[in-house]
Amino acid sequence: MNYSEKWKVERERKAYLALADGTVFHGVAFGAKKDALGEVVFNTGMCGYQEILTDPSYAGQFVTLTPAEVGNYGINAEDIESRKLFLSGLVIGDLTAPSNWRSEKSLDDYLKENGVPGIYGVDTRALTLHLRDHGNQKAFLYVGERGMGNGEREAVAKAREWEGLDGQDYAAKVTCEKGYEFKTGLTGLTRLSGDMSTDPKNPVNLVNPVKRIVCYDFGVKTNILRSLASWAKVTVVPAKTPAEEVLKMKPDGVFLSNGPADPAAVTYAIENIKKLLGPLPIMGICLGHQLLSLACGAKTGRLKFGHHGCNHPVKNLATGHVEITSQNHNFAVLPETVPDCLEVTHINLNDNSIEGVRHKTLPAFSVQYHPESCPGPHDSKYLFDEFRKMVLAVQNV
Amino acid sequence: MKRSDLRKILIIGSGPIVIGQGCEFDYSGVQAVKALKSLGYEVVLVNSNPATVMTDPDRADRTYIEPLTVDYLHEVIRRERPDAILPTLGGQTALNLAMELEKRGVLKRYRVELIGAKAEAIERAEDRNLFKEAMRDIGLDMPRSGSAHSLAEAEAIAKTIGSWPLIVRPGFTLGGTGGGIAHNAEEFARIVTGGLEASLNHEVLVEESLIGWKEYEMEVMRDKAGNAVIVCSIENMDPMGVHTGDSITVAPILTLTDREYQAMRDDSIKVLEKIGIETGGSNVQWAVNPENGRRIIIEMNPRVSRSSALASKATGFPIAKIAALLAVGFTLDEITNDITGKTLACFEPSLDYIVVKIPRFAFEKFHGASTTLGTQMKSVGEVMAIGRTFKQAYLKAVRSLEAPLKYHHAETYDPWFKRELEEIEAFRKWLGQFRLATKNAENAKTSSDSPHPEPLCELCDLCGNKGDEEMSSLIRQAKVFGFSDKEIAEAIGSDEITVRTKRQELGIRPEFGEVDTCAGEFEAVTPYYYSYYSLAAENAENAKTECPLRSLRTLRQKHKIMILGGGPNRIGQGIEFDWCCCHAAFSLRKRGYEVVMVNSNPETVSTDYDTSDKLYFEPLTFEDVMEIYDREKCDGVIVQYGGQTPLNLAAKLEKAGAKIVGTSPNDIALAEDRDFFRELVAEVGMKQPASGIAHSIEDARRIAKEIGYPVLVRPSFVLGGRGMAIVYRESELDSYVSEAVAASEGKPILIDKFLEHAIELDVDAVSDGETTMIGAILEHIEAAGCHSGDAAAITPPVNLSDKTIAEVKRYTEIFAKRLHVVGLMNLQLAVKDGEIWMIEVNPRASRTVPFVSKATGIPLADLGALAMVGEKLPLPPRIEPPSALASLGGYVPRSHPSSDRLRGSLRSGDTLPIPRSPNYYCVKEAVFPYVKFPGAKITLSPEMKSTGEVMAIDPDRFGAYYKSQIACGSPLPKSGNVFLSVRDEDKPRVAELAAKLKELGFGIYATLGTSTYLWGHGIESKAAFRISRGRPNAIDLMRKGEIQWVVNTSESDGEASGDSVQLRSAAVATGVPVTTTLAGFAAAVAGLAEDCAESSVYSLQEYHTGNR
Repeated sequence: MNYSEKWKVERERKAYLALADGTVFHGVAFGAKKDALGEVVFNTGMCGYQEILTDPSYAGQFVTLTPAEVGNYGINAEDIESRKLFLSGLVIGDLTAPSNWRSEKSLDDYLKENGVPGIYGVDTRALTLHLRDHGNQKAFLYVGERGMGNGEREAVAKAREWEGLDGQDYAAKVTCEKGYEFKTGLTGLTRLSGDMSTDPKNPVNLVNPVKRIVCYDFGVKTNILRSLASWAKVTVVPAKTPAEEVLKMKPDGVFLSNGPADPAAVTYAIENIKKLLGPLPIMGICLGHQLLSLACGAKTGRLKFGHHGCNHPVKNLATGHVEITSQNHNFAVLPETVPDCLEVTHINLNDNSIEGVRHKTLPAFSVQYHPESCPGPHDSKYLFDEFRKMVLAVQNV
Repeated sequence: MKRSDLRKILIIGSGPIVIGQGCEFDYSGVQAVKALKSLGYEVVLVNSNPATVMTDPDRADRTYIEPLTVDYLHEVIRRERPDAILPTLGGQTALNLAMELEKRGVLKRYRVELIGAKAEAIERAEDRNLFKEAMRDIGLDMPRSGSAHSLAEAEAIAKTIGSWPLIVRPGFTLGGTGGGIAHNAEEFARIVTGGLEASLNHEVLVEESLIGWKEYEMEVMRDKAGNAVIVCSIENMDPMGVHTGDSITVAPILTLTDREYQAMRDDSIKVLEKIGIETGGSNVQWAVNPENGRRIIIEMNPRVSRSSALASKATGFPIAKIAALLAVGFTLDEITNDITGKTLACFEPSLDYIVVKIPRFAFEKFHGASTTLGTQMKSVGEVMAIGRTFKQAYLKAVRSLEAPLKYHHAETYDPWFKRELEEIEAFRKWLGQFRLATKNAENAKTSSDSPHPEPLCELCDLCGNKGDEEMSSLIRQAKVFGFSDKEIAEAIGSDEITVRTKRQELGIRPEFGEVDTCAGEFEAVTPYYYSYYSLAAENAENAKTECPLRSLRTLRQKHKIMILGGGPNRIGQGIEFDWCCCHAAFSLRKRGYEVVMVNSNPETVSTDYDTSDKLYFEPLTFEDVMEIYDREKCDGVIVQYGGQTPLNLAAKLEKAGAKIVGTSPNDIALAEDRDFFRELVAEVGMKQPASGIAHSIEDARRIAKEIGYPVLVRPSFVLGGRGMAIVYRESELDSYVSEAVAASEGKPILIDKFLEHAIELDVDAVSDGETTMIGAILEHIEAAGCHSGDAAAITPPVNLSDKTIAEVKRYTEIFAKRLHVVGLMNLQLAVKDGEIWMIEVNPRASRTVPFVSKATGIPLADLGALAMVGEKLPLPPRIEPPSALASLGGYVPRSHPSSDRLRGSLRSGDTLPIPRSPNYYCVKEAVFPYVKFPGAKITLSPEMKSTGEVMAIDPDRFGAYYKSQIACGSPLPKSGNVFLSVRDEDKPRVAELAAKLKELGFGIYATLGTSTYLWGHGIESKAAFRISRGRPNAIDLMRKGEIQWVVNTSESDGEASGDSVQLRSAAVATGVPVTTTLAGFAAAVAGLAEDCAESSVYSLQEYHTGNR
C-alpha cells in the first residue's frame, strides 16, 4: 500500500463541510466525488451505519456518525434497509477497512457506487457539540467535484441559500413509484438476529398469512416490512395513494411508515389517514406516528437537534417497563397539542417528549421511535405483535 | 424504591491482590459502601486487605480486617447480625464465601438474606452443568464439552469430543487458576490433574477448543422490574484461547454489524433472565467463529467483575454503585445518571471514542515460568487509554504501560486490528525516513541530480522548501495518528523536548474530550477527560463548547493541585500507592483545594470520577501530564505518592515549569545518590553496610572478599530490587556476575555487605520540613535480606528495646531535616546486636503507608498531602474541612487512643512519640502468585515477588501472625505432619522448634540430613529422600496427603537448591503451606503453641477507639 500518498491526501484535508452559520469543518473526501447540500444531523448509535445510510428518513440530510471508527465491518447485502441511498452525505471521524465474515465491500466503494459523498477526518465530537448547542444546520459539503471560486465563503453562502427541510414534502421524493407486494419475511435472518417478530410460546402461521396489511411508503425501511410480513401479506403503496383506493383493496389493517422531513408538509397523507381512521386498524412509526397524530388534531414541531441514536430510554406508561429504543426524528408531536381522542402511551425518559400515542376509541396507535430497530435494540418489537392482535380483535368483533 | 425492611448490610471484600483479582474490587466496594451509606443503611465490611480505600475506618460503619474465611465471616455475622449480605462486589472470593455460608446454613441460622444475587442464581451461573442446561433451554449454542471429577472421566469426554486441542477449566476458582489448553493426551492428563486440585469442588470442564475465534463481552445491568441495559460492549484483540484478563481489549465492539450486535445483546439479556440475576450487573462472554459467525456462549459472571471495572471507566457508567442501588430495591429508571446529572441510568452509554486496555505482565520476576499466554491469567495489572481513533488509544495505552510492548501482541488476531497495527508500523517507518529525507534534501541542494526514491522526494520538498506550514501538517498528522513527542523524536532522530517545543510553537496542542456517556448528545456535569489530537484543529477554535472552560470559570478561585497516580499495577507498585493518591485527594478536597487526578489504571479508586474534582484518564508521561498541567493552570503537582512512575517525571516537570509540592525532586534524587548518602549517613554518625562498585568479575571478587560474605549484589541500573541477590560464597558470586553482567551490558554491579540475622525495620513518617511525626515502626518477621514488600512485619515492634526505639526516632527526625522532607518518608533500617544500621531512606510514600494507617489510625497520607501544600504539623488525626476546624477553635481532640497520644505531644510542640498500641498487634503478610507460575523459583529474596498483602489484628502477637497466615490463604495446620528441610546453620534452632511441634502433637518428616540431626538431639522423625536422590521423597508424601506443612530454608546453590524449587512448587501446587524462613517458622510455632486458633473478631473502629 502506498502510505505516503494516503497520508499526503489526509494531510491536505481538501474537503470541507460548510455550515450556514459560517462554521467550516475540514476533512478528507471519500465516497462519490459529488458536492452536496443538506441539513447536518448527528446519530449517536455505536453501530449500524449501513442501516442508517439506507434509511430513507435521512433524505436531504448529512449524517454525522459519532462512533470513533466507521467502516469497520464493511457492507453486506442483507442489512440494506431500502432500495437506494437517499441521504445527502456521510460525515465521520475515522474511516477504516472492513473485517467481518458477511462483509462484501467497503463503505467507501459502496458510497461511490451509490453516488453519495462522504467526508472523514472531521472532529465529529466538536461538530456534534456544535449542533447540540446551535441546533441542526443547513450545510454544503465540498469534496472537490468542481472548483469553488470563493472557497469556503462561497460554500457557506450556498448552504444559506438552500431552502432546507422545513415545509418540504420529502416523502414524495423517496416513496415507491408503484405499489408492490412485499415477499420476504424474517425467516432468512433468524440465524443472526434471533426471531424478531414471533413469540415462541405464541407461534403464528408464517406459511400462509391470512391477514393483509397495506403499508403507506413515506420512506419505509425494509425491516418494518419484514416484521409485518412475518404474519401478514404486505402490500406497499406510494405515499399519495388515495384512501379510497386503499379501502378498495379491503385490507385488514393500514401501516404508516417512517419517512423524512416535515410531517406538516405531507398534507395529502393526513387527509387520507382521516378517512382510514376508524374503518381500519392503523399502526404508525416515526413520520407515520406524526401523521396519525396530525390527522387526530395534534400539532408537530421541530426539536432543537432531534433524536438520533440507539440508546434512548422510552417508558411504556401502561407496563412501566423501559425500552431502549432506536430513534431518528427532528420533528415531534407537541405535548400541549395532543387532542382528547389520543392517549399518550410512551414517553422519552431523557426529555419527557411524546414517544407513542393510542386512539382512545378507534383501533389506531403509533410510536415515534423504531420498534423495527435496524439499527438498534429489539426491545420494542412487541409492538408489531400488538398490531397483529389489534387487527385480529377488530375482525373478531 | 428503596427497601425499608433492611437496616444493616454486610459487604464482603475480595481480600489481597492476586493475579485475577486486583484492586478493581476495592473500587467497586468503595462505590457500594458510599451508595448504601448515603441511603441510610448501616454498612458492615469485611476485608483482609489493608491497602484498600474501602477498609478506611470512615467508610463503613463497622470495618473488620479479618481473614476472608467462612469461620471468620461466621463470627462477624454472629456479632453483627446483618439483615443482608451483598456478595456481588468482592469478586469471586466474596461470591464463593457467600455460597459457602449458605451451604453451611449460616445465613439461614442468622436470617441473613443474600441480595444482588440469590444462591440459586449463583449456583446456576457457576456450576458448569447447570449453566449448560440453562443455556440450552434458551436456545444458545455451546461448545461441545463435559465435566469430570476424575482423570478417567475427563479422558472419556475427550474421546467423545474427538479432536485436539481441548480446553480444561476447573470449576469455582479465581481467574481460571489451574486451567489450560491440552494439545495431546499427555498434556491433557497433566492439566486435568492440576485443575482438579485447584477446583474448590474438584471438578473440571473439558471442552471443544475455540482457539482463534473472536471473543466479545457484554456488561449487562438488570433491575427487578426486568429492565436491562448493555453498559458496555468489549471486543478482545487477542482471540479465544488467551484469558480475557491477559488480552488486549477494546471498547466498544468494532467488528460486528448492528444485526449481529443486537442479536448478541438480546441473548446477553436472556442469559441474565434465565440465570435469575434479578438485580445488578453481570458480564456475559461470547465467542464468534470468524469464518461463519457461529456464536457460542462462553460464560457469565453473576457479579461485578474485572471487566465491569473497565466498563465503568470506559463509559462513565458506575456499575458497582448502580448494582448496589438495584440490590436494595431501586429500578434503573429511578436512578439518575451522575455524568449528565439529568438523564437516567436506564440507558445504554454511547461512546464517541475508543478505549484500549493492555495488560501488564511481570514475567521477569518469575524465572523459569512459562511466558506463553493461555487460559490461565498471568498479568499483574493493566492500563487503559482513551483516544478518538483506535490508533490513538492503542498508542496511548502502549506508552502508559511503562514497559516494552511490541506493536504486535499475539500471533493471531482479527484482520481489522492487524491492519491497524500494520498502519502504525508503516507510519512509524515512514516518519523515520524524515530524517533521511532532511539530510538528502541538504545534499540535493548541492547536487541536483542525486536520485531520491519515493516518497523521499516529496519529503525533501516538504522540508526543503515549504517550511513551517508543511512541517506543522506533518507533526499534526503524527499526533493525530497517536504518536508521542518522544516517539516522533525517535523516528526523526531528534529529542522529545525539541519536538515538543516545535509542536507548541506551531500551535499544535491536544483537544480534550469528555467521557460523557452520550457521545455529546447531552451536556456532562462530571469532569472526566481524555486528550486527543484532531486533523482539523481549526474546528476546535470556533466550535468548542467543552466543559473545562465552564469549570475553569466556576472553580478558578480555588488553589488547584494535580496528583499523579501510579499507572499500571505491577509487582512493587500497586494499590498501596493508589491508596495514598486517593487520600491526598480526599484530604485536599476537604480543605478546599481543587484536585486534578491523572492516572492510566482503570482498576483504581483514584480514577473513580468522584475521587477528584477533575479526572484525566491519561498516560503518566511528561508530555501528557504537562499538557494537562498547562491547560488546568495547576498551582502544584504531587509526585511522591504514585510510586516510581511520577517520581521519574519530577525533574522534567519541574524544568518545564511545573511546581512540585513537597520534598523537592533534587532531594529525592540525593537520597538515591550513593556517594552523597554515604557521606550523610557518616555525618549523622550511623552505621551503613560496607559496599563497593564492581565493573568486572575480578573487582567483584575483590570487593566481596574485602567486605566479607555474605554480600548483597545488584545491577546498578534497576530499581525495586530487580535482579538483587544475596550470595554466600565466591562460586555463587561468579555465576551471579556472569549472568548479571550479560544482562546489564557492562553496567557496574553494586555490592553491599549483607547483615545476616539482623532485624529489619520499616519506619513510615511524615514531615512538614520542621516537625516530623512517625506513623509506626514495623519489625520484619523474616530476617534482613528479604525484600521489604515481601516480608511479613509486625507493629508495634516486639524485639526492640526502648533505647533502640528512641534512637530510631532520633534518626528519623535527623534524616527528615537533612533531606528537607516535606510529605512522606520511609526508612529501612537493620538492627543487629543492638546497633542500628542504615539501609535506605525513601523520601516518598512507601508501600506500608496504608497498613500503618490502618494499624494506628493515623492518616499518614492525608497529613503528608497537607504538609506538602504548606500546612504545618501537628495536624489532627482526622482531617476536617477548615470551617469545622475554625468553628471549634482549631484542633479538637477526639476519643481516639492514638489521637490522645498525639495530642499530648502536639501540645508540647515537639515531635510525636511513636504510637505504641498497648492492646493489639498488627501483622502484614505478603501474598504470592506462584500458583500461576508453575516452575518458577519460590523463594523470598531481595527481589520483590508478592502481588498483594493481608493484615491481621489480634491482641496477641503470635495470634496476629497465625491469623495473617490464614488471611493470606495458607493457614497453618493444627495437626498432622511437618516436612523439614533446612540449612545447616538453621539446624540448632529448628531442633528446638521441632521439639515443640512434637509436644503439640505434630509428626515430623525430614530430609536425611535434617532427620539425622534431629535424632541426634533426641527428636523422633521420619526420613524421606531428597528429591534428586530417590523415592519416596517429600513430593510423593505430599501427593499421598501425608504432609500438611513444608518448612524449607535451604536456598543456596547446587543440588539442594534444585530440590527446593521442586519441593516448594509441589507444595504450592498441592496447596500445602510452605514456610521458607526460620523466623517465619518460629513465629508460626509460637502461634500454634498459644492456641491462637480461638481468636475472636473486632472491628477496626473498636480497635482504634480502644473499645475492644
